Amino acid sequence: MYSRRKLINEIPLYLMLAPAVVLVLIYAYAPMVGIVMAFQRVLPGKGLFGSPWVGLDNFKFVAQMPTILQVIWNTVRIAGLKAIAGVVVPVSVALMLNNVTSHAFKRTVQTVIYLPHFLSWIILAGIMVDILSPSDGVVNRLLGLVGIKPVFFLGDDKVFPWTMVVTDVWKSFGFGTIVYLAALTDIDPTLYEAAVVDGATRGQQTWYITLPGISGTIIMLSTLSLSNILNAGFDQIFNLYSPLVYRTGDIIDTLVFRTGIMNNQYGVATAVGLLKSIVSLILIAVAYKLAAKWADYRIF
Amino acid sequence: MNEKIIRLPFFQNMLNLLVLAVLAVLCVFPILHTLALSLSSATAASSGRVTIWPVEFTLQSYQFVLENPAFGKSFLISIARVLVGVPVNMALTILVAYPLSRSKREFRARDIFAWFFLITVLFSGGLIPWYMVIKQTGLIDSFWALIIPGALPVFNVILVANAFKSIPKELEEAAAMDGADHWTILFKILLPMSLPVLATVTLFVAVGHWNAWFDGLILMNSPAKYPLQSYLQTVIVSPDPRMLSERDLALLKIISNRTTRAAQIFIAMIPILIVYPFLQRYFTTGIKLGSVKG
Repeated sequence: MYSRRKLINEIPLYLMLAPAVVLVLIYAYAPMVGIVMAFQRVLPGKGLFGSPWVGLDNFKFVAQMPTILQVIWNTVRIAGLKAIAGVVVPVSVALMLNNVTSHAFKRTVQTVIYLPHFLSWIILAGIMVDILSPSDGVVNRLLGLVGIKPVFFLGDDKVFPWTMVVTDVWKSFGFGTIVYLAALTDIDPTLYEAAVVDGATRGQQTWYITLPGISGTIIMLSTLSLSNILNAGFDQIFNLYSPLVYRTGDIIDTLVFRTGIMNNQYGVATAVGLLKSIVSLILIAVAYKLAAKWADYRIF
Repeated sequence: MNEKIIRLPFFQNMLNLLVLAVLAVLCVFPILHTLALSLSSATAASSGRVTIWPVEFTLQSYQFVLENPAFGKSFLISIARVLVGVPVNMALTILVAYPLSRSKREFRARDIFAWFFLITVLFSGGLIPWYMVIKQTGLIDSFWALIIPGALPVFNVILVANAFKSIPKELEEAAAMDGADHWTILFKILLPMSLPVLATVTLFVAVGHWNAWFDGLILMNSPAKYPLQSYLQTVIVSPDPRMLSERDLALLKIISNRTTRAAQIFIAMIPILIVYPFLQRYFTTGIKLGSVKG
């Protein structure tokens, strides 16, 4: 069965994989070895195994950081709110678009709403900082027209997390909407015909046919978003936050960045990163198990 | 489904259309506002008279930006990054997707390699070890740091491998009968038959390269080597005097002006706006592959 010919036949397959395997070994697996830094006091120039071992000191240091619990809570809170809004808004918009009878209108709306998805947070942060400015931003100017006092969207720590959630939804709901619209096209049209015969209104059709029809996709995407509960959006927050809003806006990833890259506390930053990776891994495993069970989802 | 049979009641229908129209406007408004700012005079912008139409129209901001060599240089680095990075990404993606799309009978080690790649999505060494490895391999401050460490986008491998799997086996079997080897099957059968998926992935990879900013920011020591988005991060989002040379500082006084900021943002958006119609065309194909797979 496992003849010589078969092995020869497999050689091209190994050749195809070779370059990628080398790259992944270097740039994905070698950094995993670097995790030992979490147990060292990393000295510059001493290399990976030249620095003194300090056991769990870095972890103790992290546990004693005065802000650590707040940062974890900020992360979970912002990520959780984004996850909820990230399901509710696209599903609602998809259902609303599904009720539109004019094709031209539907197409135009679809075309416009997912443009922000393809713009980077650098560009969007540049735009946001300008339009959300309390003194001369266009948003506060428009709010002023209806008598609302200027809101410091990016500088008030009570408002900041909500600004993050709303701007994130603004960037991504269009993309999500298209995913749900694609799921809508898979619903068997005869169900609607039967409903019409039975005298169901458009609203009843949405409730009893459309929504159950896309519930598989909804469950799958919500479950998978569970694995992102420690990812509150580094690109967005890093480019929009400031010390003014650290109390509610500092998240694990921004903390790691500041400790590691700005303050050169490599050991501590790696320790935080390691804890995050482990929790994320568990969450991903659970999410995929649940997605496989509830929505029959498999990646391979 | 015959959409004409039953509609929403008139009032609900109008409300539905109104809400959708408002959402659509909200999505383009900030972009139009930026464009209008970039085409307005500095005084009009600072006195808050610009909404979505240029006030005291002028191209001065664009002139400032285009005359700034640092901006032009980073723009070219980003273009180079896309032109080099996309082919590298696509070549590796295809070469990995093919073996992983074979049956276990054809390629006994398939699952081992699938997990080898998948693990890197599930678990990583984190920021600092990643940085150290790139430093050890001598890529810091090199253009190749933007290309090589991220050369294999594992998620795209999954998309392309699934596309290969969905092509009828009979075609490959017939070709194999005629003596076609793996390379012939890949290049003569699978690639031509998965063009829509490959187009989707190519566009996504290109957009990803254009939008990437973090790697440039921390892997390049001098702002002169930044790609455009990293450059914009330092001059627009968080101007950090420590990161800038004296000449940059002098420039910063001019380019931190509101209208020139808007002009830079808009120029950085242009390539995305150009490929957007194509993105849309292939978009749904890509998404369907990424979602439920029976």
